[in-house]
Amino acid sequence: MPTDRIKRRSHCNDARVDTSPCIVVAKDHNALVISALNDAATRLGLEPGLPLANARAICPDIAVFDADDAADEQTLNDIADWCDRFTPLVALDPPYGLLLDISGCAHLFGGEVAMLKTICDALRRQGFVVSAAIAGTAACARTLTRARSGNVIAEGQEAAAVAALPVFTLGADDAITRGLRRAGLKTIGDVAARGRHEIAARFGTDFVALLEQALGAHDAPISPRKPLPDYIAERRFAEPVATDTVIAATLSRLAQTLIASMNRDGKGARRLEASFFRTDGAVRVIGVETGMPVTRGDIIDRLFRERLDALADPLDPGFGFDLIRLAASRTDDVVAAQRDLDAHVHDSDEVAALIDRIAARIGGSRIVVHLPQDTHIPERAMLAVPAQHRFAAATVAAWPARAEAEPPLRPLRLFAQPEPVEVLADFPHGPPAAFRWRRAFHRLALIEGPERIAMEWWRLGDRDDLTRDYFRAEDSDGARFWLYREGVHRREVVSFRWFLHGLFA
Amino acid sequence: MESARSVFLRDEEIGSREDHVSQHGSTLARLRRDIGRLEGDALSFGGKGPPRVTLGHDEADAMLQGGLLRGALHEVFASGAQAATATGFIAGLASRVAARRPLMWIRQDFSERENGALAMSGWCELGLDPRAVVTVRAPDVEAALQITADALACDALGAVVTEIWGETRHVDLVASRKLTLAARASGVASLMLRIAAAPSSSTAETRWVARAARSPPRSSWQAWGAPVFDAQLVRNRHGQTGQWIMEWNCDECLFRDASFGGPATHPQPVAAALADRPHQTAITLQRRAG
Repeated sequence: MPTDRIKRRSHCNDARVDTSPCIVVAKDHNALVISALNDAATRLGLEPGLPLANARAICPDIAVFDADDAADEQTLNDIADWCDRFTPLVALDPPYGLLLDISGCAHLFGGEVAMLKTICDALRRQGFVVSAAIAGTAACARTLTRARSGNVIAEGQEAAAVAALPVFTLGADDAITRGLRRAGLKTIGDVAARGRHEIAARFGTDFVALLEQALGAHDAPISPRKPLPDYIAERRFAEPVATDTVIAATLSRLAQTLIASMNRDGKGARRLEASFFRTDGAVRVIGVETGMPVTRGDIIDRLFRERLDALADPLDPGFGFDLIRLAASRTDDVVAAQRDLDAHVHDSDEVAALIDRIAARIGGSRIVVHLPQDTHIPERAMLAVPAQHRFAAATVAAWPARAEAEPPLRPLRLFAQPEPVEVLADFPHGPPAAFRWRRAFHRLALIEGPERIAMEWWRLGDRDDLTRDYFRAEDSDGARFWLYREGVHRREVVSFRWFLHGLFA
Repeated sequence: MESARSVFLRDEEIGSREDHVSQHGSTLARLRRDIGRLEGDALSFGGKGPPRVTLGHDEADAMLQGGLLRGALHEVFASGAQAATATGFIAGLASRVAARRPLMWIRQDFSERENGALAMSGWCELGLDPRAVVTVRAPDVEAALQITADALACDALGAVVTEIWGETRHVDLVASRKLTLAARASGVASLMLRIAAAPSSSTAETRWVARAARSPPRSSWQAWGAPVFDAQLVRNRHGQTGQWIMEWNCDECLFRDASFGGPATHPQPVAAALADRPHQTAITLQRRAG
């Protein structure tokens, strides 16, 4: 795969890469050795693990590239994204393999043989060398791909299919493969003929498990990259589509399908993902979340319209999309409710729908409700939480009641970071008479305080926050401020620092 | 102008499509309105037009012909230094209009950095209910206006407050007309708080300039009491303008007259000194660097 990646990248610049030998080298024990090579290089007698100096000796004009594991991983992920169109269960098999669970999918692509051909042809067109196989277990299919491409093994035939293959195709450690060869066990059939306890005693139980899976006796589940969505609706296009109207119409039709199948189970969607598969293999996934389970197609429609309108990097159809998929990746039970006629009982539903739309447009963390916190530290007294998830909790939150007939003791606007001010006092350590904030001078006419707020020592840990003495102050123009000085004189600090923490109405 | 028109068109398109899709919902809304009209419900608007909400300040209410109009756009302007005062004033207006329904407060990120975030503890202290407040942090002015228009379409809300910092070309006649129409259609009040901006022409029902007024003299152990505003009504579509000293009564959640018997008992000339000054000069223009 690394050489394929390099070939794809340099395709337009240099057409000779296709046929000329090319190798990828990586550093191993202070020596540059071949980590990957193309077919032309293999024909010259090169092989992985050979030092670069030897390779140069064999073929002086060979093209050499540095290994780039990150780029290889990215390429494998891109291919996996593309493979999502065949089945939602795609697992990575590093470094260069992919496992697709196609149970129940093959008939959609004309049967297993046709499906395998479609996948291989499409990947070859993209410039990759592919070796693929279909078998009852993942390990068996992987073993087959190391020998020859294009095998489709029927259920129960796994043991017969792999029996004649050499042991290295199992993909076990080099040490195990070498040990098996030394013991005279050349093929998988030879190994399978021995007693399992002998093999386990010599090569370990992991190898026995691998062998059993390759023979089709046991199966291990693959671990897909993404969790399986609860509901999926998709539409394929014979001719790629690129216009917004068609995309919108497709999404709304898919939404209807999705809703219909969710309705049968009494479910509503909490998280929806639309995947757009481009003809050139790129896949774009766009998700929206809702605060309450959605059961109406027009709401889904509108959420996606908001989301698509607000995308920072708009949906780029390129040469068009040939598959659009809508999946409900999280669903909740829906409680059917009677709509009331006489009162605004469903007002909270309408507000929740509005919150969903705004969240789809600017992001869920930007629309918040507030919960009270049990603390007297001013900046921690209020917690902003996403409205999508906590709207119901916020409407019943218990806020501390204010004292009747008292003036406001807490400011209406609070700075996240208290702003330092320069203070003039009439006498040392006395209340301030004037202060300077943001270069403006404020002479105080009225002042009340101090109100001492000590930090919560039981939560401090190793931080040493200082006690604060707060003053409510009004300047000669009537503007009102909440000032504090930090620290207790002589006990915590020698000289005070003053801050402006908030503004009163 | 062109882009604004296209926005309009698209919205109408959306509206008509929605009508088509959720006919059930609109029928319900119509029936609700009909019932409301028959029963004389104050919240629904029949043939006579939206009702008004009294502020509590008698003179101001008289000038506004019964109070602040629901389902309309109201603007409050303030200089950068008076941001918190104007916030308190508009919070008072919003809570009067919203009457226990949810309130959506949409503000720019920049405004939060410049003037501090809305603190719910302070909100409680004004006698208002923090449970009903949903805050939206809009990344920029355009997004704030768009979300405001969206929110105004939701008639479950009591009021929508949009807080915009500084002079901006996005808030023009087209934008204000759009908000006015949206507010009229749903009956939700749209309140626009413009900090560090000079009043400009718009389709607003009322336009206020809010300043802090000095606290009246009190007992020695209490420095100052409820918020006192110097509220100047500089535009009133259905009446005259005026200027009053108002006090927000935190217990009754009302604006009250706070001139305290005139200059004899409260010698500092809070209103008179400012009365002749045109409102434009009162706002010192502030520009953002960069």
